[in-house]
Amino acid sequence: MTTQHAPAGLIGASVLRVEDPVLATGRGCYVDDVQLPGAVYLALSRSPYPHAKITSINTEAARKMPGVELVLTGADIDINVPSPVMIPGQKIPPHPALARGAVHAVGAPVAAVVAQTRAQAVDAANAIEVEYDPLPAVVNGENAVEPGAPIAREELDTNICYRAVNKGGDVDKAFAEADHIVKMHIASPRQVAMAIEPRAAAAKPEPNGDLTVWLSTQSPHRVRADLATALKFPEHRIRVIAPDVGGGFGSKGPLYREYTLASYCALKLRRPVKWTATRSDDFLTVIQGRDQAMTSELALKRDGTMLGLKVRVVANLGAYLCSNTAGPPQRMMAMAPGCYQIRNVFVEVLAVFTNTVSTGPYRGAGRPESVLNIERLVDKAARDLGIDRLEIRRKNFIRPEQFPYKTATGVEYDSGEYERALDEAIKLSDYDRLIRERDAARKRGELAGVGVSTFVEPSGGAGFESGTVRVERTGEITVLTGSSSHGQGHETMFAQVVADKMRVGMEHVAIRHGDTMAVQQGVGTFGSRSAVMGGGALALAIEKVSDKARRIAAHLMEASLEDIVPADGGFAVAGVPEKRATWRQIAGAAYGRLPKGMDPGLQETVFFDPKREAWGFGAHVALVKIDRDTGETKIEKLVLVDDCGVIINPMIVEGQIHGGVAQGLGEAFLEQMQYGEDGEVLTGTLVNYAVPHATSMPTLTLGETVTPNPFNPMGVKGVGEAGTNGAPPCIANAVMDALAPLGIDHIDMPYTAPKLWAAVQAAERGKK
Amino acid sequence: MNAERVAISLTINNVRHDAAVEPRELLVYFLRDRLGLTGTHVGCDTSQCGACTIHLNGRAVKSCTILAVQANGAEITTIEGLAHGDELHPVQEGFRQKHGLQCGYCTPGMIMSSVYLLKNNPNPTAEEIKHALDGNLCRCTGYVNIVESVKWAAKRMRGGQKAEGGDVSR
Repeated sequence: MTTQHAPAGLIGASVLRVEDPVLATGRGCYVDDVQLPGAVYLALSRSPYPHAKITSINTEAARKMPGVELVLTGADIDINVPSPVMIPGQKIPPHPALARGAVHAVGAPVAAVVAQTRAQAVDAANAIEVEYDPLPAVVNGENAVEPGAPIAREELDTNICYRAVNKGGDVDKAFAEADHIVKMHIASPRQVAMAIEPRAAAAKPEPNGDLTVWLSTQSPHRVRADLATALKFPEHRIRVIAPDVGGGFGSKGPLYREYTLASYCALKLRRPVKWTATRSDDFLTVIQGRDQAMTSELALKRDGTMLGLKVRVVANLGAYLCSNTAGPPQRMMAMAPGCYQIRNVFVEVLAVFTNTVSTGPYRGAGRPESVLNIERLVDKAARDLGIDRLEIRRKNFIRPEQFPYKTATGVEYDSGEYERALDEAIKLSDYDRLIRERDAARKRGELAGVGVSTFVEPSGGAGFESGTVRVERTGEITVLTGSSSHGQGHETMFAQVVADKMRVGMEHVAIRHGDTMAVQQGVGTFGSRSAVMGGGALALAIEKVSDKARRIAAHLMEASLEDIVPADGGFAVAGVPEKRATWRQIAGAAYGRLPKGMDPGLQETVFFDPKREAWGFGAHVALVKIDRDTGETKIEKLVLVDDCGVIINPMIVEGQIHGGVAQGLGEAFLEQMQYGEDGEVLTGTLVNYAVPHATSMPTLTLGETVTPNPFNPMGVKGVGEAGTNGAPPCIANAVMDALAPLGIDHIDMPYTAPKLWAAVQAAERGKK
Repeated sequence: MNAERVAISLTINNVRHDAAVEPRELLVYFLRDRLGLTGTHVGCDTSQCGACTIHLNGRAVKSCTILAVQANGAEITTIEGLAHGDELHPVQEGFRQKHGLQCGYCTPGMIMSSVYLLKNNPNPTAEEIKHALDGNLCRCTGYVNIVESVKWAAKRMRGGQKAEGGDVSR
């Protein structure tokens, strides 16, 4: 632990978070906490049907309800949520803010009411009478591509939104030469992001006609552009503020229909309008994650050498395209081979519409599906070929000296030492002892399994990120970052970077983010990108500001530039440490009397785009026991080794791993959004959708290796999604190892007690 | 719908409040919307998440699950009433010291539940902490550091814990 007043050595220190005293005392300000005098409230009438024609909407009763200011239906407005073309030829059916003529998923907004209080708005929304004519619905992605399946979006003649292919090498030849081919079908459960703060919007028309909107969002600038497009209102007259944001995990990336409606109503009524989702609203209308089904073949030589890989992904996009809905399935095209040298790869992605909640990025965003797929395949291959699962991995790992390594799918990994991470996990878990423990348990008639997974975690990406470093007149430092924090501790972590590099105390650095009026164009926080991209931008901006400051310091101290060296609080003359120029003195000159030929000001902005992702990696090991009589699972050991390059704040990195692993364990054991055959929602509240509780969590053993990223100014890689990438396949491999003695070859996650109990019962009946 | 308002009188963070509320108004909205005590959060609509946990007559309760009229005459403490000026309550300090919060949204409820636990059990085991917090959901931390935070606070409150790691003030 380092003190916050130490001017250097902050990078790498577990500095306590500057955010915490505010948040822990209830003084945080989330969107619903924003108090706007004269505000009125928005509520929505939503479709109870997964797919139906709207035959009539009667708003008469609602309009007469107390406090009602405005009632809207799809006939009154022309607002659509925009979605970019990600794949040529991609189908983009309308995504209206309020349904026009038909609804395509339960929860689709059909009418909007604004009233003076929340309760009045909800009362009036409930008084809107809508008649529906139900249409056949399709909820399962793979069913949706079957001939004769109901069409989810009747505007189209197909359920396929896009088909995309990526291939490299000679796949047919590899499969022809193979000694063995492993075949597998595996599906990842649809998950709910469940950020504890439900979405919210507060829209305020300004006297000059501008619009200010507080949103619970991860990407204020991107959402602002989409909001401008949706409303046909100038982007530069909209100010989006993301104040404190209560978690996101990808789900708070896009623009949502409700945000456009609150904004539209505020402009129309010339009054502030607030909307806050209930948890049930969020279950029905926030993008959900996963829900991809993979059909794969892995071709190997008898000695375990991997020759070729074919993967066909059917990805369920849900009914409506949010701005990032089409993205996650494409991950498979970049990372299907995982940590392994597989030179011949074919990946096909079919992304399909169904009458369900839209999917989109959720912590991992396609990475967990890819890792699950390859790591289960590798375990199956080891079993089939009678090769040890560690040996087959080691044999096929991309080797450290091969980096930067271009995969068969055309992606270049930056750096990695996969075997070292695996070795570390083996050591930390006392792997041989785990195996002995498993075997002893089996002898006692118990079901026990050991699982291993290795993984890559691509991070950063998604274009650029921006950072501004401004030395103010008094020498205090203001940082404007496009990375918009929602729990990641940016105000601490970025301040560490700036304070360390500029050699000032952290109290002299203020990190500003999440306000489009304060911050230059930025992208946002998702995809494990803040330290990589936001940090990269800052590191370069610091360099530029420091270069200029050094020149000013040389002028102030009448020394030659070569003799100016960084010193605590500013710069000094080499060899004459008492001769110093402080940041305050330098700033005074920058905004006052400057040497000839220098431009005034002490501020630099960098838009950072390394044109590549950062490839973190790791290895996880687990020992899992399954109660034969109840199907209940217990994690006896869980070891997580992650390599995210250079670490800025170990405490925050560990916290990211803990949280990611918890969500990964949720995926492995508990969580699945479920629909009935006709599309009815079965898990629409926290009563019937299970997320991990405190008592669900096992003891975690964390380890690390550090392989710096040669393409990042600070050597960092992302880590936010490591836990969701590595933990589920590790658990899947452990559970399947536990069930292998019963002859059970495959079960899809989540491994709930009833599901495992039924499988064990069926297997034992079969044996008799 | 617009039933007659009911007069209530209650003490919140040592301040007496008299108000007239709709009979259907939930205590959490009374605290948030009427009194501006927005530290108490709403994270669900089925009493699962615990973000709205407060102390009512000395017991931790979910303020989304009782009506404001039911709190008539009650003594209530919310997250805003825990710290003494700039001095954090030991549980708040524990959450800071042990990185027990990330986004902070569940934190007020977590802290209120933890304070209640420590009042009744000053030296809980990890299992007892997990059990006591089972009605509070966190999606960021995996609960690992929350348990550590409560342990830290318990030790501090028993008089055995000094601030760790040198100067951490800011």
